[in-house]
Amino acid sequence: MKQLLSGNEALALGAYHAGVIVAAAYPGTPSTEILENLARLDGIYVEWSTNEKVALEVAMGAAYGGVRALATMKHVGLNVAADPFFAASTTGIIGGLVVVSCDDPGEHSSQGEQDNRHLARFAKVPMLEPTDSQEAYDLMDWVFKISEEFDTPVLLRATTRISHCKTVVDVNRARKSDLKPASFIRSPSKYVMVPSNARPRRNVMEDRIVKLCSYVENFPMNQMILQDRKLGIVTSGVAYQYAREVFKNASFLKLVTTYPIPANLVRRFAKEVERVVVVEELDPYLEEELRCLGIPVAGKEFIPIIGELTPEIVEQGATKAGLLPAAKHVSKPAAPPPQLPMRRPQLCAGCPHVGTEYILRKLCFKDSKVPGPIKEDEIIVTSDIGCYTLGVYPPLAALDTCACMGASIGQAIGLEKAKVPNKVVAVLGDSTFLHGGMTGLVDAVYNQANITVIILDNVTTAMTGHQGHPGTGISARGQKVTVVKLEEVVRGLGVKDVHVVNAFDLKAIESALKHCLDAKEPSVIISRAPCPLSVRVVNTPYKVDADECTSCYICLDIGCPAISLADDKAVIDASVCGGCTVCAQICPQQAIAKAA
Amino acid sequence: MKDVNVLMVGVGGQGVILASDAMSEIGVNSGYDVKKTDSLGMAQRGGSVVSHVRWGEHVFSPMVKRGETDFLVGFEQLEAARYAPYLRQGGVAIVADVTVIPISIIGGKTPYPSWKEIENILSQYTDQIYLIPAPQIAQEVGNPRAINMVILGFLSAFLELAPEAWTGNIRRRLPPKFLESSLKAFSRGVEEAKVMIQAKGVKR
Repeated sequence: MKQLLSGNEALALGAYHAGVIVAAAYPGTPSTEILENLARLDGIYVEWSTNEKVALEVAMGAAYGGVRALATMKHVGLNVAADPFFAASTTGIIGGLVVVSCDDPGEHSSQGEQDNRHLARFAKVPMLEPTDSQEAYDLMDWVFKISEEFDTPVLLRATTRISHCKTVVDVNRARKSDLKPASFIRSPSKYVMVPSNARPRRNVMEDRIVKLCSYVENFPMNQMILQDRKLGIVTSGVAYQYAREVFKNASFLKLVTTYPIPANLVRRFAKEVERVVVVEELDPYLEEELRCLGIPVAGKEFIPIIGELTPEIVEQGATKAGLLPAAKHVSKPAAPPPQLPMRRPQLCAGCPHVGTEYILRKLCFKDSKVPGPIKEDEIIVTSDIGCYTLGVYPPLAALDTCACMGASIGQAIGLEKAKVPNKVVAVLGDSTFLHGGMTGLVDAVYNQANITVIILDNVTTAMTGHQGHPGTGISARGQKVTVVKLEEVVRGLGVKDVHVVNAFDLKAIESALKHCLDAKEPSVIISRAPCPLSVRVVNTPYKVDADECTSCYICLDIGCPAISLADDKAVIDASVCGGCTVCAQICPQQAIAKAA
Repeated sequence: MKDVNVLMVGVGGQGVILASDAMSEIGVNSGYDVKKTDSLGMAQRGGSVVSHVRWGEHVFSPMVKRGETDFLVGFEQLEAARYAPYLRQGGVAIVADVTVIPISIIGGKTPYPSWKEIENILSQYTDQIYLIPAPQIAQEVGNPRAINMVILGFLSAFLELAPEAWTGNIRRRLPPKFLESSLKAFSRGVEEAKVMIQAKGVKR
C-alpha cells in the first residue's frame, strides 16, 4: 500500500513491523515523532524516559531480555546517552537493539550542530542512513537483523530533512508474528563488565567490525548508478537527493551503510569513474574514509562543512568547482531585496514563563547594557534548554547562559564557587529539571552552594509538542500514571528553602525571589502554571482602556504577541490574548482590565 | 504530467502545514511522485513556517530550488515577500490579504511594509501576483479559520486536477463541525481565482 509518510512515521512503522517490543525516548527535535507514532500502535511498550541515557538503558535491558528494542533521540541526546551507547557496544545484546539519532544540521531547533556519524565509528557500532522515507521504513527491518546477527547495537542516523520530509512509501510488510517472549540468559562474562570480562570483549568488538566490513560489501541498499563516467559522486542521506537533483548525468554511489563503509565497492566505483567527489552534509566523514582507502577525492573544498545543505548550495559549490557549467539563468531581482523585518520565535501569548522572566529582568538585569561587564548589585541568570530560553531575546532579555540540558545548575554552582561578586540564579523547566537538573541540585546541597534555582513548571514538555514527563503523571500513551511532585523531589534532595508560586502572580514571584536571594543556603522556587497550549485554557481576554493609556509602553516589556500599538496607544488583540493578566499587573495606570 | 513546485509560507497557527499536507496527498493520489518538507521555527505560535511541496514524475530533492518555484503561496504578506526569491521567472504569487505583525516591529524601528512595497518585491520576479481577500471570504462562509481552504481553492484553479481530487481529501482531513464551511471556503477560493485570472487577462 502506497502511503505518504514522514521519515519519522516510516521509522516508527518500520520498527513496528520489524517486531520491536520496547521503545523508549526523550523528546527532542527532530526525533520526537518516532515515539509518538509508536505510542499509537498496540502490542508494544513505549515510554518517555526521563532522559536519553535512561531511554537507551531501558532499551538495552529489553534487548538483554532477548526482545527487539529501540531508543530514539536527537543528536545531542546521544551525547547524554553516550555512556550506555559505548557500554552496549562492549557487551553486545541478544535481542536487536537499534538506536536512532536524528541530527539537526543548521540547528533548526538545537543548541549546537554535530555530526553523529563520528559516534558510530567512535563506539564501533555499525551505522546505516536512509535517503528517504521508503528507505527509512525498509532499513528498520535490516538494522534489527544486523543487530542480532552481529550481537551489536546498531545506529540508524537520520537528519531533519529525512525525519521531517514526507515521501511515498510502499508499506509492504506486516508486523512480525513469530515474536519470541522475553527471557534472560545469565552470562556474566558478557554482561558484567569488570576489567577481566571487558578485556576479552574488546577482541569480540574488533572481530565484529572485520565481519561487518565484509557483510556491507553486499548490502542490497548500497547502490551504484553508472551514467556519465567523467564524474562519480559518493553520497549518503538526504545529500544523495540534492546531488541527484543537481548533477543530472553524473555517476553515483549511494551509501546506506556508512559505518563500516563497503571499501571494495567504493574502490570499484572509483575505478569506473574519472573523478570522485563526495557530496555530504556537515563533516567530511565519507571523504576521510575514502582518503584512508587511498582514493583521491574532493568534497569539502566546495560543499560547506557548516549548516544544512540545500540543492542550491550544492549547485553553487559544484559550479564554483567547475563540476557544472555556470548556472543557467536564475531569476535575479533588478534591485536588491530590502531588509525585511525578522520574525523571531517568541513566547506565546498567555505563556506562564513570561511573568517569571519579567521579574528576572527587573531584579537581576535592572537597566544594564548587555553585553558588557556586570555591576555588583546585578544578578547572574544561568539558564537551560526549553521554551523559556526564548526569554534571551528582547524585550525580556533576561538570561545569561544556555548550554545543555541541566547545565544551568552546575554553572550556577561554579560561578558561586569561583566567588564572582554577584548572586547567581539558575532557571530551568520542569522536564529539563527531571532530565538533567536533579544531580546538579543535589550537588548544590552537598557542596553548600548559595544559589537559587527557579523551576519554571508548565507541567509539560512544551517545546517539543507537549509530551508527558514524571511531573505530569501522563504516560507516553496518554494514560494517568504516578505523579512525581517536584516540591517533594526538591525537598528529598535536601533543599530546605522551597517556595511554590503561581507563575502568573508577579508579586508572589518577586517576593519569593527577593527572599531566596537573601538566604544563606541553596533555595528553590517552583513557578507553576500549565502551558495554555497544552491544557487548552480559554480565559477572558484583556483590553486596554485607551483613555487611561498614557503611552508609557511598559506593557511592551513582556514581549506579548497580543499587544501592539495603534495611534501610539497599546492595544490587545482579543483573538490572541491568553488572559494571563501579566500586562494588567505591570500597567502603572491600571489601564488594562478584563474585556467585558 | 507537468512538474509542480510549490512553496507555502506563513506564520505558525495559520494552517500552512494542513494545507501542504493535503496538497501532498492529493498529488500522490493523482499519480505523482511527491516530496514535501516543512521548516518550523522553535516557537509553537507566531514563528515563520515554510512548506516545500513538489509533484513530479520522479522527485529527488524535497526542497524546491531558489528561482524554481511555480507557485509561491503566502498565507501572510511579509512572509510572501521574504520568500520572493524562490519564485521562478513568471511563476505565480498567491498572497492572502493577511498581516501578522512580528514582535520585532512593535516598538521597533523597521516598519511593516505596505502591500505596495511587498508587491514591488514580488514583481521583481513575476507579474502574476494575486492578493486574495481570503480573511473576508472565510468570514463570509462563517469559518474565520478557513483562510487556508480559500487559499487552497485559489491554488487549485491553476492546476489540472479535478475538483473532487481536492474536496475528497479535505473531507477526510477535517472534523465534521468545520467541514461544510471549509468546503464552501474552498469553492469560493476557486471562483475568486477564475474571476481574478480573467481580470488579469493572463493566457494559461
